Amino acid sequence: MKGKKPGTISIRQKNAITGYLFILPWILGFILFTGFPFFYSIFLSFSSVKIAPTGIQTRWIGIGNYVQAFTKDVNFPVALSDSFIFVLLSTPMIVVASLIMAMLLNGKFRGRTIFRAIFFLPVIIISGPVISELLTNNAAQIVNPSKYTVYKVFSTLPEAIGAPVLYVFDNLVMILWFSGVQILIFLASLQKIDGSIYEAARIDGASSWEIFWKIVLPYLKPVIMVNAIYTVVEMSGFPNNRVNMEISKNMFLIGNVYSYSAAQSWIYFSAELLLLGVVFLLFREKKKRWKR
Amino acid sequence: MNVGSFNIKVKEKAPIHGWNIDRIKKKLLGAGKTDGLLKKLITYALLLGIGFVYLYPLMFMIVNSLMDVSDLVNPTVRWVPTRMYFGNYRIAYKVLDASKTFGVSLVMAGLPALFQTACCAVVGYGFARFEFPLKRLWMLLLVITFIIPGQVTMVPRYMLFDAYGMINTPLPSMIPALLGQGIKSTIFVLVFYQFFHSYPKVLDEAGEIDGAGKLKIFLKIALPMSVPAIVVAFLFSFVWYWNETYLAGIFFGKTIQTLPMRLQSFVDSYNRLYPTSDGSAVNRLNESIRMAGTMLTIVPMLLMYTVLQKQFVESVDRAGITGE
Repeated sequence: MKGKKPGTISIRQKNAITGYLFILPWILGFILFTGFPFFYSIFLSFSSVKIAPTGIQTRWIGIGNYVQAFTKDVNFPVALSDSFIFVLLSTPMIVVASLIMAMLLNGKFRGRTIFRAIFFLPVIIISGPVISELLTNNAAQIVNPSKYTVYKVFSTLPEAIGAPVLYVFDNLVMILWFSGVQILIFLASLQKIDGSIYEAARIDGASSWEIFWKIVLPYLKPVIMVNAIYTVVEMSGFPNNRVNMEISKNMFLIGNVYSYSAAQSWIYFSAELLLLGVVFLLFREKKKRWKR
Repeated sequence: MNVGSFNIKVKEKAPIHGWNIDRIKKKLLGAGKTDGLLKKLITYALLLGIGFVYLYPLMFMIVNSLMDVSDLVNPTVRWVPTRMYFGNYRIAYKVLDASKTFGVSLVMAGLPALFQTACCAVVGYGFARFEFPLKRLWMLLLVITFIIPGQVTMVPRYMLFDAYGMINTPLPSMIPALLGQGIKSTIFVLVFYQFFHSYPKVLDEAGEIDGAGKLKIFLKIALPMSVPAIVVAFLFSFVWYWNETYLAGIFFGKTIQTLPMRLQSFVDSYNRLYPTSDGSAVNRLNESIRMAGTMLTIVPMLLMYTVLQKQFVESVDRAGITGE
């Protein structure tokens, strides 16, 4: 196998060529549908676009679109902060909730498969229109949370502490409905922990509480990062986000087709990157891991 | 069977007078490997509570969609309608134009899912099985693709499709799927990558010795082994394409309408079909009809889930997504 005849290419080169042939569709697609659009939308966001009978005319206008988004547009800043807070608050909630549920499901007990099936169900049916139908018809508001004393206690607390908690109460169904995939990922990695580690810890006198903090959580750290990234991407891409609605609405804005919504999408993307950066800083390890 | 009943008998014979404090404590809190009763109870209580929150919207939807108008306004009727009323479904079916849109949805979810699965399998195999220059760079770009939101690339993509006259045709959904740029393609490439990375290379080499080309090895050896990954990729793609409305609305919203897209414009379609200009309350859109419409859009997915539930729920274990 290893012999190399003069005049022929080596096996290594041959392998490299076949490898490239296999990933060629993806490279093509990446250039066409991600790479080029990515840079072109940067260019668009700094231009003004006019559709003339001869074709599309772009004119460089600098940061005009960005200025417009923050100063002249009435809806966009509100929508942006709305969506940002939505993602910012719901991501930790979803990650924590899905971790708790994965821990609950991890043991061996009767009805485990049924519960797992129920918790995963929303992933199958969730879509923009279904969620908005549920919201407009009050189906997602499980109980009126303001009735309960807990809610009232938290609403008397200072804004910084109380607001996130109240947010959880108000969006309980949403948070749970978005955690299906995350639960599965946590569950799969929990099951990979070798049982003998627990046993050894127990012999050393560790309680379940200590085992969770000292063994399970450090082990799950990279998985938590993966889940957090997934959640941020998923939540910020959800079509019901107000920003996303703004962006698609402004795509055909008269007088500034394409370019204004490109600028908006870039502002939003920067905000999303900020969140992802925070996630990455929080959970990074000394050695970078890109694998899921 | 015999062994089982024997065991139970032994347990029943356990002397009752042996229940001292220690044993009760052991039973409640558990000892060593076995979980205590208390822990079990708490777990079940939590699971049931959370499960209820999960199912609440669904139950609400089902119950409300079966209510007729008098039930709906009656405050004493909350969870059990006085009679099963299917009229809402009949109306919603018409408003959604379901006989037509159902088929459209099926095609618009099935085909891209198929393309996406095929492409991701090929690409995943390429990344897992071959060494080539710049491989790390391409893999980095693959992960970055996942992070770039659709909104950023949407406008240039639209212009591109528009330039080739593909707007309002199914192509804007098919071509990216075929080239590995569909909905969450990155995940599926990584799933296949993980899968092909973990199976023994010896099998490939055996094929090579027998004189099979790389493509033949992929088709005849690798692909048949990766059925679990294929199932996962296809099912998830199908579900995500079925539920996708954002890009669909922009790329072919006016000509190709799927069930969820019809649901989006439910109120408008309803008002067009059942105008209430005469002032009578008979035809007014109520939440029962809307819930029936929502039910109709998710019922195909629910049915699929009841059959294939195991494939979804065990997908992460099987495809080894979390394997690091």
